[in-house]
Amino acid sequence: MPSMTMVEAIRDAHMVAMEGDDRVVVFGEDVGFFGGVFRCTQGLQERFGDHRCFDAPINESAIVGAAIGMAAYGLRPCVEMQFADYMYPAYDQIVSEAARLRHRSAGDFTAPIVVRMPSGGGIFGGQTHSQSPEALFTHVAGLKTVVVSNPYDAKGLLIAAIEDDDPVIFLEPKRVYNGPFDGHHDRPVVPWSKHPLGDVPEGHYTVPLGEARVHRAGSDLTVLTYGTLVHVAQTAAEERGVDAEIIDLRTLVPLDVDAIVESVAKTGRCIVLHEATLTSGFGAELSATVQERCFYHLEAPITRVCGWDTPYPHALEWSYFPGPDRVGRAMEEVLAA
Amino acid sequence: MKKPELDEKVERVALMRKQLVRVLDDDGQAVGEWVPDLSVDDKIAGLRDMMTVRTFDARMLRAHRQGKISFYMQALGEEAIACGQQRALRPGDMHFPTYRQQGLLIAAGYPIVQMMNQILSNEEDPLKGRQLPVLYSAKSHGFFSISGNLATQYPQAVGWAMASAMRGDTAIASAWIGEGASAENDFHAALVMASTYQAPVILNIVNNHWAISTPEDFARGASATFADRGYGFSIPAIRVDGNDYLATYAASQWAAERARANLGPTLLEWITLRRGAHSTSDDPSVYRPDHESEQFPLADPIDRLRQHLTALGAWDDDRHESLQREITAEIETALAEADSHGSVKSGAVPGPATMFDDVFAELPRHLREQRGQVGE
Ligand SMILES: Cc1ncc(C[n+]2csc(CCOP(=O)(O)OP(=O)(O)O)c2C)c(N)n1
Ligand SMILES: [Mg+2]
Repeated sequence: MPSMTMVEAIRDAHMVAMEGDDRVVVFGEDVGFFGGVFRCTQGLQERFGDHRCFDAPINESAIVGAAIGMAAYGLRPCVEMQFADYMYPAYDQIVSEAARLRHRSAGDFTAPIVVRMPSGGGIFGGQTHSQSPEALFTHVAGLKTVVVSNPYDAKGLLIAAIEDDDPVIFLEPKRVYNGPFDGHHDRPVVPWSKHPLGDVPEGHYTVPLGEARVHRAGSDLTVLTYGTLVHVAQTAAEERGVDAEIIDLRTLVPLDVDAIVESVAKTGRCIVLHEATLTSGFGAELSATVQERCFYHLEAPITRVCGWDTPYPHALEWSYFPGPDRVGRAMEEVLAA
Repeated sequence: MKKPELDEKVERVALMRKQLVRVLDDDGQAVGEWVPDLSVDDKIAGLRDMMTVRTFDARMLRAHRQGKISFYMQALGEEAIACGQQRALRPGDMHFPTYRQQGLLIAAGYPIVQMMNQILSNEEDPLKGRQLPVLYSAKSHGFFSISGNLATQYPQAVGWAMASAMRGDTAIASAWIGEGASAENDFHAALVMASTYQAPVILNIVNNHWAISTPEDFARGASATFADRGYGFSIPAIRVDGNDYLATYAASQWAAERARANLGPTLLEWITLRRGAHSTSDDPSVYRPDHESEQFPLADPIDRLRQHLTALGAWDDDRHESLQREITAEIETALAEADSHGSVKSGAVPGPATMFDDVFAELPRHLREQRGQVGE
């Protein structure tokens, strides 16, 4: 099986989807000729021509608005926001339009689009290249929201998202584009070629939307997380000798509630972990879900470990990022409770 | 080219959006109606500003290669525009810049060591390590906080100008944007506000022909020029040779005087070329034609002003080289000082607790609690 980085896996997913369905079109800023600033669409224009993969003017609302219109015509656009931090001009099109088109027209029109965006920090990008805005999407009725953590899932989920009949927001934590980041920024980067999830099958396969993955089985406590922090949680568990069960949620909406309940019922302890700011983050939703569904199994309070409620600071990136130390400490506290 | 009266009817300047205002001819002579009233000393000051920007940029790029800083963006080839306009405006006016107008700060005499402290994100960084390198803020020097989000500053500049007018103030605002980002909604939003309220604002579009990997026509569409954008909003719009320091000064001064005389907004499209990479994260060899810089018809702004001063008999190679040595030394001294305050790479940065300051005017309870946890 070929080993791929997450960038290569995303590129390959585009290839497969475009090969299999000529309604799939791909566009965005620097996406066509150049192949994207993270190179996720490299080679698509060359292979499929500039009617299928093209550059857009710098106007995110036009990119998503046009994608909705193309979808209404019958195409399947998969568009890129250069950074999640730059999706705000498109937010009206996403929230008021794409998300609700099916409902408001009683199924007369639909918007089967995918909006991809690199998210998260850990690359010294400062406040406008580091954000994790997933909760701004999960809060909106009518949007599916995916956050990927590895090449295998990224390919399978992106193909599933493109084939899905509803709008899907597809977040790609840029810190894990090239390797599974363990949370220690001062250590050498481990490439995906050294990780089993870097093995990506050729051709078509999907990872269904709405299914979580047990990243690491364990019995001491459950960690509910997604994206970069899946790997950070694993580091923390190994460093502290905690037998944590790490659930990579993969899709936040629709949420795999069964996987969550099954794990927390087994361990009785739960940590919720994300890089986005704490207040009104997706962790609050997870915490409420666990409380509602697993209350009688819980042996300790649910604990959230998240980004602080500040903008993502450039120089203090590693004080902001919920790294293995903070996560490990939370694990010990939850076990001691 | 004809220089219109300040209150010339917009229809009568309409054609200027297709033309090109220039002052310096190919021999370095200042010719035509747009020749600005600048002394030799003013021109030498302009030359010095541009050379300082270029030397500063080159040194910061080297610092990036040396692993001292995390990121940098240079203005190579575009120095005249910000430097010229800064000298044409007055203290009290407010610029709303992009990341490529370091010339505004340098020409305003902002301390170079402070710029470096920001870039290094060190303990003396005026922005406390919060912002990506080059996203400066300097109210004291008429320089609005730079956003990473393109085009947002454009309507803000119009609002600042409207407020100045509402208060009977004479200060004006100047909005800056790259030609690529002029495709954003906020650009058009700003034009409609400026036109409706006749705000005292200069609307600059720096057309350096590239937006990362996309050539200018993606943002321009089927229009012939970016200055065309002004026409639909009845905003007088002129295209200017952005590599001609004297033209940058003259056109900026014309637009500023129109604003001060309460004659409304002016749109200026500056023709120039982004000679370097977009940023230190960019590799233009993948998308740019070879030899583009050499084939660009507008010559280098520093060379052109130098040639002009030489033609006036006010400059020679010795003076030029000695000025260059002086600037280089100034920059090395500043860097040595900034370096002594640490950097994002050395880890000598503001303490983690400072991250919670300035989220709000006063620290609310939840942030107080989080600040208590961060040090643990
Ligand atoms: C809203 C938003 N979208 C996208 C970006 C990413 N981005 C940063 S600079 C840039 C190109 C801008 O080109 P231009 O406006 O021509 O300015 P130049 O870099 O040439 O000075 C892009 C796409 C951003 N910063 N903000
Ligand atoms: Mg440009």
